[in-house]
Amino acid sequence: MSTKAMPRWADVLLVPLLSLVIAFALSAIVILAIGEDPVEAMRLMIVGSLGSTYGWGYTLYYTTNFLLTGLAVSIAFQARLFNIGGEGQALIGGLGVALICLFIPWPHWSLAFVAAILASALFGAIWASIPAWLQAKAGSHIVITTIMFNFIAASLMNYMLSHVLRPARSMDPATARFPADLRLPRLADVLEPLGIEFSRSGPANVMLFVALAACLLGYVLLWRTRLGFEIRAFGQSEPAAHYAGISSFKIIMLAMILSGALAGMMAVNSVMGGPQRLVMNAVEGAGFIGIAVALMGRSHPIGIIAPALLFGFLFQGGSELAIETSIPREMIVIIQALVIMFTGALDNMVRRPLEVLFLMLRRRG
Amino acid sequence: MKLTRILLGATAVSALLTGAALADPAIIYDLGGKFDKSFNEAAYGGAERWAAATGGSYRDIEMQSEAQREQALRRLAESGSNPIVMTGFAFMSVLEQVAPDYPDTTFAIIDGVVDLPNVRSIVFTEHEGSYLVGMAAAMASQSGTVGFVGGMDIPLIRRFACGYAQGVRAVNGDATVIVNYTGTTPAAWNDPVRGGEITAAQISQGADVVYAAAGGTGVGVLQTAADSGILSIGVDSNQNHLHPGSVLTSMLKRVDNAVEAAFTEGAEMETGIHVMDLAAGGVGWALDENNDALITQEMRDALAAAEAAIISGSVVVHDYMSDNTCPISVD
Repeated sequence: MSTKAMPRWADVLLVPLLSLVIAFALSAIVILAIGEDPVEAMRLMIVGSLGSTYGWGYTLYYTTNFLLTGLAVSIAFQARLFNIGGEGQALIGGLGVALICLFIPWPHWSLAFVAAILASALFGAIWASIPAWLQAKAGSHIVITTIMFNFIAASLMNYMLSHVLRPARSMDPATARFPADLRLPRLADVLEPLGIEFSRSGPANVMLFVALAACLLGYVLLWRTRLGFEIRAFGQSEPAAHYAGISSFKIIMLAMILSGALAGMMAVNSVMGGPQRLVMNAVEGAGFIGIAVALMGRSHPIGIIAPALLFGFLFQGGSELAIETSIPREMIVIIQALVIMFTGALDNMVRRPLEVLFLMLRRRG
Repeated sequence: MKLTRILLGATAVSALLTGAALADPAIIYDLGGKFDKSFNEAAYGGAERWAAATGGSYRDIEMQSEAQREQALRRLAESGSNPIVMTGFAFMSVLEQVAPDYPDTTFAIIDGVVDLPNVRSIVFTEHEGSYLVGMAAAMASQSGTVGFVGGMDIPLIRRFACGYAQGVRAVNGDATVIVNYTGTTPAAWNDPVRGGEITAAQISQGADVVYAAAGGTGVGVLQTAADSGILSIGVDSNQNHLHPGSVLTSMLKRVDNAVEAAFTEGAEMETGIHVMDLAAGGVGWALDENNDALITQEMRDALAAAEAAIISGSVVVHDYMSDNTCPISVD
């Protein structure tokens, strides 16, 4: 964990905010360099993602994805397992959702919803358990195996969608559309009875509440249960955990199975909540963005909520930029990547100078 | 509910302040991207031509992933773009969902049929254009063996292959047509390396003219043909300029004309199925300064006669997609 050089508020708020400011400043330079107005671009992003309930509908939809993948990475990381395979686990989870929705005639959406959550979690967990077993038994490094499993998952889905699940008369590699009554209630359906007007176009749906509940449960699990304590102890020091009688095999398997299940559950949102059919690349990189979300949220199940919303904003704002300006789509990916890089990977670049600053201030005081 | 939507659409538009008029047309390019040298680039060319001719402005979106289709479509409809044109059959399923939500917006889909009152479905008779370039291939071939490299193995691409094979056999009943597909997944659209390998294999089997109907994969086919000193045939856009003197001709699919027409006619365009066939100038073959020397007078006369015969109906090119079979094997 971090040293006590800084007060907690600085650790939790100041570091991510400063990283964000640097990332946005660099993005502004990128936008200026291609001859666009960065202030106008920022305004378009904010208006497009937060300025209307239509924008919120998409922002919260993406946020739901990032909450679940961020939580998946966080729980594994508490055991110091770097699960880079969220993308693949979510893809396979999507297969579970599609099978449940296509081949079982459900009488009501709520039953299908529960079954889809269970199936996606099961598929994701199975996909994550293989690298976990390889790590626990054979010592294969989890970073390498999970990233490889992303490619295997993508190829498997490519095959399934092109050959197995594609309807006979369709040329598009995607499944048939799910029955219309399996459509998940969207935020508009939830909010309208309360007298709140909300756009019907945005795909944010009841899965948002499941994702938030999962964050809460994740917190309870990690800090209020014996298993959570074991996971954290294992993450802090494997030899110490071993000495205390904690089975490393059990912790590696359970942490990764939980992580894979959460990543897989993301597919309920992006398959059943969004397009109502399984398409290629249904995850859209959310598995990788989950890593940035977890890093920014210090792998804390509650701490990831704000970063998930931030990336939801960036994702939706980015697609607005693509429509409203002539900024090419590659530039928008660069801007998103800059934010990921500064808030996630280059955390220490901001942290170290801040720590020094706080130490100097304290010495003077 | 409908009122809410109109209000939301209106606030979204007024908030954006981009100065765009309400009825600006819009176009969504499929995954290959705006500058794919082929299908999407033809659509882009049509939109640009409309903009240059009318001085109007239009919006466009390039997809980043399959999952974005619905959002892109809804976003344009919400912001008041009208008409909205999209390229590629992959939009069919999404458009079926979105179009009924925006009854006052006119949509046009290229290469797909969506049977809704506010949708124009534009389809091309690729088999007719492929028949013509097949004739050119057979007449240019010394060996009597020609090749076809398809992209993903789907009925649409088999339609190209089947028309091509019929054209080849119409000129030379003994000709061999080697048909290969790059793959069975969407990766087959953008695999120039594999396209080059298939071309090399076809050359080793004696092919001296190769027709590529494979999106971005075709770039590798044309390159390998040029490197090996044989002739190739481009597709969709005029690709003659890619390797002057090596590209025999290109099967033109006038996506540009379809887009320009849709933009020009605007929101009031006639909906329903719109067949862009040879008679309507929807398909054809490319002749420019890059291949002028390759096309003999004999070829020009034969192709002109075949064009007239197809338009008059005295020659009927079998359409693979009408019954999923072809008189000449294209497996």
